[in-house]
Amino acid sequence: MASEAPIQCSIVVESKPSAMSDPCRQILAVMREKGFSKDDVFAVHLALEEAFLNAVKHGNKMDPSKTVTIDYAIDPEKVEIRIQDQGSGFNPQTVPDPRVGENLYRPEGRGLLLMSAYMHVFEYNERGNGVHMIRYKDRPIPAPGDAGQV
Amino acid sequence: MAAIQPRVSVEYREGATVVAFTDDKILEDTDVRALRESVEAVIEQAGGLHLVLDFRHVRFLSSAVLGLLIRISKRVSEQGGQLKLCNIHPGIYEVFKITRLTNVFEIYEDVNSATQSFSDRQ
Repeated sequence: MASEAPIQCSIVVESKPSAMSDPCRQILAVMREKGFSKDDVFAVHLALEEAFLNAVKHGNKMDPSKTVTIDYAIDPEKVEIRIQDQGSGFNPQTVPDPRVGENLYRPEGRGLLLMSAYMHVFEYNERGNGVHMIRYKDRPIPAPGDAGQV
Repeated sequence: MAAIQPRVSVEYREGATVVAFTDDKILEDTDVRALRESVEAVIEQAGGLHLVLDFRHVRFLSSAVLGLLIRISKRVSEQGGQLKLCNIHPGIYEVFKITRLTNVFEIYEDVNSATQSFSDRQ
């Protein structure tokens, strides 16, 4: 039977892509323990990796003196995650839709779309250097055509 | 460090070159870069290449891998070749659908149907 007690944690990690491995493993293990489905685990895994890579590469610009803070709370109904970098932030509204026209053939720009598609709540803070995401247990994602509202 | 790099296996079948990604997760920039080098080496060896990328082992990938596939597709096309994808796990296929890359790539159920599709066009 899945544990009912909520788990909360705050982790500060270095600005390097491999630094996400341990926190990610930790979060996904708690999800499995609390009875989240494979689809839920896949969705959160994808969003975690994309959000963290954005924070390291575009936020902190790989600056080793900067850090990324990961806060998460997992209860039997949902996973809530905040990832914040120390960069100057950005406006997600300015990121072009990668599904439209010639953007479809550009190699970059699909991370935000995937995060917004796989998480039920996906929003940036005002400065644009922190993302807040929620995935509810066993709630299907919208049809692909409806995804992508960031 | 070579042991942690993603690997590819290459097989030649019915006039096509089948490149299988052998890692189940492709995430970091270093993974993607190593894959790009491996696949580009195959592409450079032959013009007019019939290339099949086999995803049978892949259970997880990042958006950077999607970018890599776009790059590979362009490179194959520049060389006068054709690219097909196959054996994509349902979870990964969903990623292709969300990003509408199902409109960009020809995706087949398995290696046989992918290789067969080249001869169907000739």
